[in-house]
Amino acid sequence: MFDVEVENITKRFGDFVAVDGLSFSVGHGEIFGLLGPNGAGKSTLIRMMTTLVPPTSGTARINNFDIVRQPNEVRQSIGVIPQAMTSDLELTALENLTIFSKLYGISREQRKKNIPKLLEDVDLTQWADKPIKMFSGGMRRRLEIARGLVHQPKIFFLDEPTTGLDPVSRVSVWEMLARLKRERDLTIIVTTHYMDEADKLCDRIAIIDHGKLAALDSPLKLKASIPGKNILEVSFNGAPENWIETLRVLPEVADVKSHENVFRISSNNGPKTTVELLETARDKNVAIASLSVQSTTLDDVFVYYTGHQLRDALQAPSAAESPYMMKRGGGGL
Amino acid sequence: MHRVWAIIERDLRRFRRSFALILISMVMPLVQLVVLGYAFGGVIKNLKVGVVDQDHQVPAIKLHEMFQAVSVNAKTFTPIYYSDKATAIQDLRNGIISGVMEIPPDFSRKVLAGANPHIALIEDNTDQFAASALSANLSALLPAYNARPVEPRMTATATLDIVEVYPYVPYIQFLLPGVIVLAIFISAMIGGGIIYIDDKARGLHEGYLVTPIRKFELILGFTLSGALKAIIAGIVLITVGSIIAGIPDPLNPIRIAKMFILVVATALALISMMFLIMVRVNDPLVPRAIFGMLNTVLYFPSGAVYPTQSFPQWMKVITVIDPFTYAVHGFKQLVLKNTGLAAISGDLLFLFCFTAIAMSLATLLFKRTL
Repeated sequence: MFDVEVENITKRFGDFVAVDGLSFSVGHGEIFGLLGPNGAGKSTLIRMMTTLVPPTSGTARINNFDIVRQPNEVRQSIGVIPQAMTSDLELTALENLTIFSKLYGISREQRKKNIPKLLEDVDLTQWADKPIKMFSGGMRRRLEIARGLVHQPKIFFLDEPTTGLDPVSRVSVWEMLARLKRERDLTIIVTTHYMDEADKLCDRIAIIDHGKLAALDSPLKLKASIPGKNILEVSFNGAPENWIETLRVLPEVADVKSHENVFRISSNNGPKTTVELLETARDKNVAIASLSVQSTTLDDVFVYYTGHQLRDALQAPSAAESPYMMKRGGGGL
Repeated sequence: MHRVWAIIERDLRRFRRSFALILISMVMPLVQLVVLGYAFGGVIKNLKVGVVDQDHQVPAIKLHEMFQAVSVNAKTFTPIYYSDKATAIQDLRNGIISGVMEIPPDFSRKVLAGANPHIALIEDNTDQFAASALSANLSALLPAYNARPVEPRMTATATLDIVEVYPYVPYIQFLLPGVIVLAIFISAMIGGGIIYIDDKARGLHEGYLVTPIRKFELILGFTLSGALKAIIAGIVLITVGSIIAGIPDPLNPIRIAKMFILVVATALALISMMFLIMVRVNDPLVPRAIFGMLNTVLYFPSGAVYPTQSFPQWMKVITVIDPFTYAVHGFKQLVLKNTGLAAISGDLLFLFCFTAIAMSLATLLFKRTL
């Protein structure tokens, strides 16, 4: 039995297809990452799964409830941290948690028990009575995480929870999520732009591009699925027109992609390819402007499957977003 | 209902901590009452009138004495004497004086001869209020000038005796009912319009929408919390406003209780109307842009500042459906006449029905998704 089952879900905004027939399942207790460039359809997908946006066709079952036919049961089963900050800056941490507990119909006795524990879980006990406008970005994010858990949901959706945070706060948020998942037996679905985070923390990752599923597997298997064990990123001065063909026939080269003057060479043996590359460049009188050799990362997987770096894309005019929507940064559909 | 209370609690806690909002809700309407009440005090005073006397005989001097009496007592105008007409007219055109009273050279001769003597008032008719006040005052002055020293005991002239049912109502008191409704409207506009759309644009509503709250609970919560803030503004106006305006026995508990019922009905009607207008709006500029227009369209046709009977037909249509009309009418009864609730039962009925219809439509139009 899966906690999340997405079946051929599609969302159109006029002629623009934001999500195009996606299907996947998420098992209980998984941390499931949704990766994709801006405008890929991640947020629209999360909004459909959390009943905020109705799908054009297809559906999803969350905790065995249908998002179209049983939205209230879905809402009771899930905790959601949307992209936008949805807590009141003027209210204290305690007040925010209390009011949201009431919105979920939690009894006074239950609130008295739950809220102090939640504040403790997100390290905000000593700040409970301070208005959250005094909080740092990381503290606000932790409070939002606590707020999403006031009704003890089974499945937790987070839309770019670490965007806009400093590296220390990012690590703290992810560690907290991993701990909460263990302690509260959660299934977590998260979108992020940070590949290193997704690599370390997600059990499985779906790469979404142009509303479609480009790849889905564990980070390890995704990295193994692309050609080469090392990536050489190299730029040249005075490279001839057919230079990419020359690079492709170097020893151990699995694949070569180029963008402007930068060549990404996937190699099964990085050191050997590097030596050959240097010799070939010298023989052909091509100067090397820069060169780096690294092991395959999730970034390389992402570039391999989507064909581009995280890019800015024209965002579809979503009903969810006004031009004044305050965001933490980045993000999109 | 606990979800509805959660929305109300959230809103009121924020309101309590927002000094600017409290100030706008409570102090601004009082400032408006005082400024408007005294600015449009109803009695025009201290106009400057140029007097060009080309006669200088005793009948003309008698006129001067009457002008002086007006300037000292009623203070409608103060005479300023000019030796030549051209300078006086020039000053009139330059806005230094509001009118020129010309006493022609043959005035005294004609008075003594009983040969239809005339004086002329040349007035600046670009200011209709000043011009009307001036001509009315001088027209009232002339019968006194023409009166015989001793009136016969019996005359055949018909006279009109005016009996006023209520004590004299100064303009600030006449204005109070409209200002009470305006204060409630401003609170409704801020709570139900500006803050509602700002919260929506900031994503705060997304937080509500992911909870299992129902559409009607959301609308009811928003309406009640907005109405509570508007009621606070209304209470300030019916108490402090009444004291400032000089309403007799302003803190009479029965009068306050009756007015409170009308404040509640008005607040509910205006806030539910605001939600109905804003229910599909997402752009925070919209409530700000339409604030002035709504104020004009609702306030002025209501009879708050001018009797509705004189309106053109198209404006009377607005008057009939405008909740301001019924609220203003009700407050006029309670504030100026201290009537019972029976006198405003029609107003209350309209306001409660209006609330029910507006809330139902708003719930129908409210989108539970983004």
